[in-house]
Amino acid sequence: MNEVDRSIINHMQEGFPVCERPFAMLAEQLNLEENELILRVQALRDDGTLSRFGPLYNIEMLGGIYCLVAMQIPEHDLEKVIEAVNSYPEVAHNYERTHELNVWFVLAAESESQLEDLLADIETQTGYPTFAMPKLDEYFVRLKFDA
Amino acid sequence: MRNSDNTTLDQIDRRIIEATQAGFPITARPYHVIAEQLELEPKLVIERIGKLLEQGIIRRIGVVPNHYRLGYRANGMTVWDVPDEKINELGNKIGALDFVSHCYHRPRHLPDWPYNLFAMVHGYDKQTTDNYINEIAAILGAANRQHTVLYSTRILKKTGMRIGNTQ
Repeated sequence: MNEVDRSIINHMQEGFPVCERPFAMLAEQLNLEENELILRVQALRDDGTLSRFGPLYNIEMLGGIYCLVAMQIPEHDLEKVIEAVNSYPEVAHNYERTHELNVWFVLAAESESQLEDLLADIETQTGYPTFAMPKLDEYFVRLKFDA
Repeated sequence: MRNSDNTTLDQIDRRIIEATQAGFPITARPYHVIAEQLELEPKLVIERIGKLLEQGIIRRIGVVPNHYRLGYRANGMTVWDVPDEKINELGNKIGALDFVSHCYHRPRHLPDWPYNLFAMVHGYDKQTTDNYINEIAAILGAANRQHTVLYSTRILKKTGMRIGNTQ
């Protein structure tokens, strides 16, 4: 990754124009040719430096619910529970973390009642309690990584 | 947090959302390509996407870098126990720090889980991240009754986001 790539990544975390030739507009600000910018963004996307290009949707405003859920699973049951939890298509991300509550995943549901049903079902299937941690408030962040 | 009441999405919006959930095509006229795919006028697609952005249904448009690839290796979920009556004021301060990527108020689960303020902190190494955590602790001061940091040790599942209720 060179300086040009860095400036592209830094710049494009701030926004992307909504117009007929957005890359041309952006390229001008970055002192690049439109085609060069497109090729570089494609290359950064292909090699995994960029995990996404496009709009980031606010799921709550679309009527969906995202809920962070934690579980405390002892080592001897860990792999079995992970497999059971991951088998739900509603489980988006799942991470093992350094805490007694060691399994942390995000559930995507269409309603509060579906969320409750899913939590109850996961508890029945795994035999362990779930700790639902829905967001009560979200604080504004800059959400930018320096490349 | 749910705000679906004062935003009305019609069938065209929903089709645009579905077609772009996975991202935009990387091409000179991305909105034209989306329009062609949906058999809509490019002008209409540009207008609708602009409106979705204005309404906050699209938080932003742009790139999301893989932060591991940019060298951010020490990514900690910091969790803090602060008084509920101060949490909004404190949450806004912590969210504004440029090393925090997400900042949320979440419910406690006493006695197991006393923490109500979550902030994801990203540093190139553990030392840097530790310094950031000290910086947060200094800002919270006496309002911080206890805190801890959870590092991820394994990604167990990672799938694309799934939008419900778009039909």
